[in-house]
Amino acid sequence: MDARALTKRFGDILANDRVDLVINKGEIHALLGENGAGKSTLVKMFYGSLEPDGGEILWQGNRVKIDNPATARELGIGMVFQHFSLFEALTVVENIALALPNPGRMADLAKRIEAVSKDYGLPLTPTDVVADLPVGIRQRIEIVRCLLQEPRLIIMDEPTSVLTPQEADRLFLTLQRLAKEGCAVLYISHRLEEVKRICHHATILRHGQVVRECDPTKETPASLASMMVGADVAAVSASEKKANLGGVRLGLKNLSAPAATPFATALNKISLDLRAGEVVAIAGVAGNGQGELFDAISGERPVRSFMIEIDGTACGTKSITWRRRQNAAFVPEERLGHGAVPGMLLSQNVVLTRHATSDGLSWGGLVSLPKAVSIQERIKRDFDVRMSHDNPEARSLSGGNLQKFVVGRELDRKPGLLVVDQPTWGVDAGAAALIRQALIDLARSGSAVLAISQDLDEIFEIADRIAVISRGYLSEAEPAEKMTRERVGLLMAGGAETQGDVA
Amino acid sequence: MFEAVLLTVITAATPLLIAAIGELVVERSGVLNLGVEGMMIMGAVMGFAVANLTGSGALGIFAAILAGVAMSALFGFLVLNLVANQVATGLALTILGIGFSGLIGEAFIGVPGLKLPQIVIPGLSDIPFFGPVFFRQDAIVYISFALVAAVAYTLFKTRVGLILRAVGDNHGSAHALGYSVIRIRFMAVLFGGACSGLAGAYLSLAYTPQWVENMTAGRGWIALALVVFSSWLPLRVIVGAYLFGAVNVLNLHAQAMEMDIPSQFLSSLPYLATILVLVLISANRRLTLVNTPACLGKSFVPDR
Repeated sequence: MDARALTKRFGDILANDRVDLVINKGEIHALLGENGAGKSTLVKMFYGSLEPDGGEILWQGNRVKIDNPATARELGIGMVFQHFSLFEALTVVENIALALPNPGRMADLAKRIEAVSKDYGLPLTPTDVVADLPVGIRQRIEIVRCLLQEPRLIIMDEPTSVLTPQEADRLFLTLQRLAKEGCAVLYISHRLEEVKRICHHATILRHGQVVRECDPTKETPASLASMMVGADVAAVSASEKKANLGGVRLGLKNLSAPAATPFATALNKISLDLRAGEVVAIAGVAGNGQGELFDAISGERPVRSFMIEIDGTACGTKSITWRRRQNAAFVPEERLGHGAVPGMLLSQNVVLTRHATSDGLSWGGLVSLPKAVSIQERIKRDFDVRMSHDNPEARSLSGGNLQKFVVGRELDRKPGLLVVDQPTWGVDAGAAALIRQALIDLARSGSAVLAISQDLDEIFEIADRIAVISRGYLSEAEPAEKMTRERVGLLMAGGAETQGDVA
Repeated sequence: MFEAVLLTVITAATPLLIAAIGELVVERSGVLNLGVEGMMIMGAVMGFAVANLTGSGALGIFAAILAGVAMSALFGFLVLNLVANQVATGLALTILGIGFSGLIGEAFIGVPGLKLPQIVIPGLSDIPFFGPVFFRQDAIVYISFALVAAVAYTLFKTRVGLILRAVGDNHGSAHALGYSVIRIRFMAVLFGGACSGLAGAYLSLAYTPQWVENMTAGRGWIALALVVFSSWLPLRVIVGAYLFGAVNVLNLHAQAMEMDIPSQFLSSLPYLATILVLVLISANRRLTLVNTPACLGKSFVPDR
């Protein structure tokens, strides 16, 4: 595939500005860039979900117009989406049939799925309903769906963000085999280690333009990162000074909760002592109970009173506001909608989490908006939140900037206990470094920080102790320097469960 | 006696069955059309008017279906193309239908109507008891059963049905795979309109062959409740429609026999049954989540 001067405009914003990209047969080609650099827009044009405003696409030497995903599939372009494009209520075979132009009889297709999936080491049961399957298997469905179309080019958008390291390794083997068979792979990832490991060539986008092309095997993750950001990324310093541990701020005692919905995870006897002055990170693959654990700790979902203690007071049934008054702060995973109200001004969003704390924002039912605005300005200054004009609506901020804002909003309170779910999810390298540093600094100043994350690089960067959550079981938190990636990976893949059962 | 009761149950159940199976298809595609009542009553008045003016029942039925399709096209244009709120638009459609049908029907109040002829199926109709009940019916009753069978088969055995369910389950994914969400939904909405129109025609051409203002009397709402009651499964719609139809008939008989049950209580039974089903459903969510269209009532705007 050869793309020349592809341009896409959204209103006044140039999402892609004359992008040139050549992908060769049998090549695993990495597409790198910060959030909002235009990677997704670019691949959507390749897959026919978006139409370019300018430029042309050559496919095997011929000029083509891809105006529909069906056209792309006919040409032999397959795509594995970041947010899966599967239908939960349907079975595996039905999901795959939907993506094929001539699926034939369901029974025959089911046999083909079984054969192909086994052949590539990604076994699937065609009659399973997707809703019952874990994310790793769901991704297999997407990949097998691509394979059945006998593609010449597979586009993968952050495929490993939901996988354990072991599952990712298996995926890499499949990709390498595909490349050997002559299929081209366009690989989008934030994880530079992986890119270095499996990709032959890399194209780096910044602000919608191609800024560099390089051979990732000859680069280091740090040099790749600085090419993406356009500046050196400050390494996070965990300040050699060992954490001065204080008393237990947050205690979880046999925290258990049944699953609220069929697709949720039950929590099983989770115990953890979080002390002042330390950062404890909880690793795990998405959907293993992180959300449920966060909801229980923050008070969104009440549990039995004794199960959660903040500063020694049992508070499993207490409200979020009560917990915030105990100087605890919470940053949920989903920043838009859960962490901030999209249609409200940033200052109003400040009031939403801080109305009851000692900021004096509310008195006798009245809200002091000037105070909220000044807090908002302080957050903007301290956390480098970039906005087009003063005090905009939350939805107008880009993902990374909004994340800086919602994390900054709580950090600005200097909470004694901070619980944060996915602190840097979908955030570019520069903003991520800033947030991580802020978390460490908060802990060093004597607060307790609990970070739930799926990003192992992040966890090893910030954590003093690491625990792993798997299917609602939490492994014992162990000092970070004693943990290795392999061990965390094994715990993610179910080791935490058995350990939890023994404990 | 029992035979006679069963016959009235069939007549009470048929309009519910037809309107509900149409709405089921609409909801399976992810659209919630609360305008069933309005589309039904427009079908009833147009069916009656055209049958009366032309003297042809078939033309009446055809006009009723067209009226339902026209109403649903208006709804589809508003909620699918202009992305209006589905609940508000559906309610408006009902209010519009009730008002507009009154206006059209003004001239037909008290005019004697035309009753659809029975179609006697030779052979089968001679079976004792069952024959007269099931095989001496008018065309629409036969159509109602054929419709349910066709919808059940299409939804679960054909590619069209698979695509329809996919669109209702996750419109974002369906769009990403290259299916035209808006077009598919529009087709489903039109089908729902046609069914509602037909159900209306049954009321004014078979159930009570005359035009009375507001003659649907809440049947459109019962049809909507039925869809939930059946947890979006076509064959269960038959069970629900006949159950609700039976309650309706029981209501009439109870009044006639001056039984001590308030008729208001009996009329509320279908809704109470629906609430009960909803409670039971939430107890066993695993099963329902697979059948409930996840995108029901959500607007879709393609990111182009």
